[in-house]
Amino acid sequence: MSVLTRRDFGKLGGAAALAVSLPLGAQAAGPKVLRCVMHSGLRITDPIITTAYIARNHGYMIYDTLFAVDEKLQVQPQMVDHWEMSADKLTYSFTLRPGLKFHDGAPVTSADCIASIQRWGKRDGMGQKLMDFTAALTAVDDKSFKLVLKEPYGLVLASLGKPSSNVPFIMPARIAATPADQNVPEEIGSGPFRFVKAEFQPGSKVVYEKNPDYVPRNEPASSLAGGKVVKLDRVEWINITDYQTAVNALANNEIDYIEQPPHDLLPILKSTDKVVVKDYNPLGFVGMCRMNWLLKPFDNVKIRQAVLHAINQQDWADAQIGNPDYSTVTGAMFIAKTPFATEAGFPPKPDPALAKQLLKDGGYDGTPVVIMQPTDLAIVTSLGPVTAQALRNIGMNVDLQSMDWQALVGRRAKQTPVSEGGWNMFHTTWAAADVLNPVANLGVNGRGKTGGWFGWAEDAEIEKQRDAFARETDPAKQKQIAEDVQKRAYEIVTYIPTGQYTMPYAYRDSVSGILAGPAPVFWNLDKKIA
Amino acid sequence: MSRFLLQRLLSTVPVMAIVATIVFLLLRFSAGDPAAILAGDAATPATIAAIRARLGLDQPMAVQLVRWFWQLLHGDLGTSIISNQGVAHLIADRMAPTLALSATTILFAIVVAVPLGVVAAWKHGTIIDRAVMTLSVVGFSMPVFVLGYLWILGFAIRLRWLPVQGFSPLSDGIGPFLAHLVLPTLTLSVIYIALIARITRASVLEVLGEDYIRTARAKGVPERAVLMRHALGNAAVPIVSVIGIGVALLIGGVVVTESVFNLPGLGRLTVDAVLARDYPVIQGIILVFSGVYVLVNLAVDLAYVLLDPRIRY
Amino acid sequence: MRILRNPSVLFGALVLAALALAAIAAPLLHTVDPVQLTPRLRLKPPTGDHWFGTDGFGRDLWSRVIYGARISLAIGAMVSVVAVFFGLAIGLAAGFVRWLDGPVMRVMDGIMAIPAILLAIAMVSLNGASLVTVAVAIVIPEIPRVARLIRSVVLSVREEPYVEAAVGLGTRLPRLLWRHVLPNTLAPLVVQGTYVAASAILTEAILSFLGAGIPTEIPSWGNAMAEGRVYFQVAPWIILFPGLCLAVTVLAVNLLGDGLRDLLDPRLAKSVRGFR
Repeated sequence: MSVLTRRDFGKLGGAAALAVSLPLGAQAAGPKVLRCVMHSGLRITDPIITTAYIARNHGYMIYDTLFAVDEKLQVQPQMVDHWEMSADKLTYSFTLRPGLKFHDGAPVTSADCIASIQRWGKRDGMGQKLMDFTAALTAVDDKSFKLVLKEPYGLVLASLGKPSSNVPFIMPARIAATPADQNVPEEIGSGPFRFVKAEFQPGSKVVYEKNPDYVPRNEPASSLAGGKVVKLDRVEWINITDYQTAVNALANNEIDYIEQPPHDLLPILKSTDKVVVKDYNPLGFVGMCRMNWLLKPFDNVKIRQAVLHAINQQDWADAQIGNPDYSTVTGAMFIAKTPFATEAGFPPKPDPALAKQLLKDGGYDGTPVVIMQPTDLAIVTSLGPVTAQALRNIGMNVDLQSMDWQALVGRRAKQTPVSEGGWNMFHTTWAAADVLNPVANLGVNGRGKTGGWFGWAEDAEIEKQRDAFARETDPAKQKQIAEDVQKRAYEIVTYIPTGQYTMPYAYRDSVSGILAGPAPVFWNLDKKIA
Repeated sequence: MSRFLLQRLLSTVPVMAIVATIVFLLLRFSAGDPAAILAGDAATPATIAAIRARLGLDQPMAVQLVRWFWQLLHGDLGTSIISNQGVAHLIADRMAPTLALSATTILFAIVVAVPLGVVAAWKHGTIIDRAVMTLSVVGFSMPVFVLGYLWILGFAIRLRWLPVQGFSPLSDGIGPFLAHLVLPTLTLSVIYIALIARITRASVLEVLGEDYIRTARAKGVPERAVLMRHALGNAAVPIVSVIGIGVALLIGGVVVTESVFNLPGLGRLTVDAVLARDYPVIQGIILVFSGVYVLVNLAVDLAYVLLDPRIRY
Repeated sequence: MRILRNPSVLFGALVLAALALAAIAAPLLHTVDPVQLTPRLRLKPPTGDHWFGTDGFGRDLWSRVIYGARISLAIGAMVSVVAVFFGLAIGLAAGFVRWLDGPVMRVMDGIMAIPAILLAIAMVSLNGASLVTVAVAIVIPEIPRVARLIRSVVLSVREEPYVEAAVGLGTRLPRLLWRHVLPNTLAPLVVQGTYVAASAILTEAILSFLGAGIPTEIPSWGNAMAEGRVYFQVAPWIILFPGLCLAVTVLAVNLLGDGLRDLLDPRLAKSVRGFR
């Protein structure tokens, strides 16, 4: 074996770097390719069937939306050209912009929009609520359609312009005819990018190319709203599961962009030449500690309250993020610094003595608490052990069970006793944009065993309040109701927020034009080719 | 010879059937539910049940097993539950990095290990021998991923000679293709070098004690020729067999190495599929890997016949 | 004692004895509760208080490594004992009972054809991580190798004239096994057992590294390294110390195996070789 000399290595490395930065057949001013590492690999390509954020991000690439939120979280028309609401607040009429076309060449019609809204309305929580209030959704002509309500509803535009999972993306009617529990057969939208099916490797690589037929709005881009002007020729999402490797690849100019670099590696990225670390999603994310209301011991409100007083959000924040620059300790269920933010009902500080008293009052008999801890989702992994320790400190028995995220997802759907595969507690995280109000926030859903979210909190009063919120159209009154919901939620402990955090993007300094917002999008982005 | 070949080929059929059954039962008795995964965060139990029914996961186990065997007999590996793509297509798509890495690893290991083993045997009992043997035990004992990180830190980050991660298909040029394989190969081949060096040493040592070698030496055949022609030639059988056995080990190592270096190969696909409970894909990959293992060992048996005139079937 | 004059055996045995001692006496060795977390002290480099530094939860790494020795040694011992036991039983059955030989060995071939790591990943991540699942997942692929080895020993012993004579004289099976067969299997079993232990310890670490190992709360070297993976550049000690312990332990077990093999029967070098 003749050992390669240092120069040979240098040559090889140089050749590799060259090949990587200039794709095949590239000229100096050739195609602009952005190579990105997203937070997860894309496997399910249907953003309606799954709430997975990677599918949502994929949705923003290839689909377009009727409405979208701007930087100030105001809903703006996107595919819709103009719309109006009747004086009785019961009829909404929408007219589409001219020139909208699907990737298969067919024009976007009102039939497509109606079919898409209906399919989304079967899956999404806010969508279901909207459909409950809807009397009719009908086409007026090819370009305009009408939504008629049974009674006034305050969240029509907020629903259609919902920024995060599930987003009401518009698909061709023939694809939207796919049953709502089945993956769409084709990835065809009318969005600014096209899906390159031939290069799709589920879980590993996704490729998008510029949609030359896309007609952007004239307004400047603002978050998810405004003109979606595409400046790149190609976007590649490469799934690098090992973040250490991803960070090294960014430093080495093998990739251009990391969506969610782990907080512990940010100091390295910040000190790396030609790499920028910047937060574009000020709302960020929020964690959730969820208990199962159906099983002992958390079927008892006193014991749930004991947990609320035992935990210390700061410990969660330290273990999960470890850097106060990126984490916020707050009890605001509907997200700090947003319209419905309030600390009402959240204990100002941990009180182990009170927690122990509550345990005693609740007659805790030593039933072990099964906490499901996902091992493959770094940001959630750290929450379980912290909770376990807090519970042990007040004298509870804890069985912290490790599993991968998918096992957790499978198991949390079980309503059976622990001995038959049930569970007592799990943690998860949400994009803050998904929990901004009492209707959207599944954690305050009180519909119990049949209509509720995993954990199945059941409370008629909170449901009445949520319903009132949905009907209310006056923002000031909405705010009051949201506060009541939160107080009630803490009183009966539907869940405990583990704190908010932000996740900055890291990218090469050749990238510019990144848009702030609740989801990473790739229009308006440009890349300088050296 | 052809009868032997036919017999051996036929004997792989029951083995593969057993593999298929074991894998199937293992998956079906396990926790996790692909339907729940498809349904996502906001799903209700009713939706999940509907998806299960559509996927046929609510059918009795025996029916599912028979259905799968029927598919296999028609050469159909099935369709991924999660991504809706054909399993055969998924596997073919990920084959290149895994094949490339396996090939470079085996080649590199042989090129390094065989001379090491021969020298160690030749200089039996000396410091060289002891050094080779000690290093080979160390090689066995080194966790693959720790080694991978050390290489990355040294060659890719400090020195910047080689890329950190990824795979570059051969169609994009031989330079980048090789550059992306150097570090993974260095990482993965350490165990093989250790293994093959040990076996080579042991086999050559044994042969060196045989009468005909003594005769050859006594007749004045140069030492070099003794080693190369007689000793190594006769030691080839165990060396080939260890390469066959090494394939199983290689597959395990590939999973880890692909994860460290982000090679989009079959190892990554497997871990992915397991995490997503994508039953058809897991079944398909394990079947393919097992098939490769069985075929390689068949090839090794044939190589015995070719290399060792004393073995006849 | 002849055993102690073999440097490999001596080194291996000493290291393992020291480790076992440390594992047993863990509470006395400047350790704290390895599960106790202090998030505000996370990722601290080694100091007088925390000899090996702290991990991502602010747990004391020294304590986790010392308690982790218990897990690694336990896995190694459990897996090798169980694999040897079942392998011996199956190997004897296949070697002695003609009609069993074919079917049993085909099933063994089937299990061997499934890549061990894939089988283990699938079993652990599908059935939930626990010490037992992990041990079972590691042991299953090892059994056929032991079984094959024993079967081959049995087959060769059967051909020996004195065994044939014993059979001809109507010696009962238990006696035959006890007197003639088992003594012959002892040496290869001991040697194979140590190799199984070494590979089990490594496999446990790899499984944990891939996220399919024992529950993360239990301190194990694999868990520590899996967690340290993300911090490799900011806190290399999290991978370094457990990695070093792992390598040294496996090295000790391997050396012990090599030494025993040389001592017990030089010819064994051939029959035990392709175990991995």
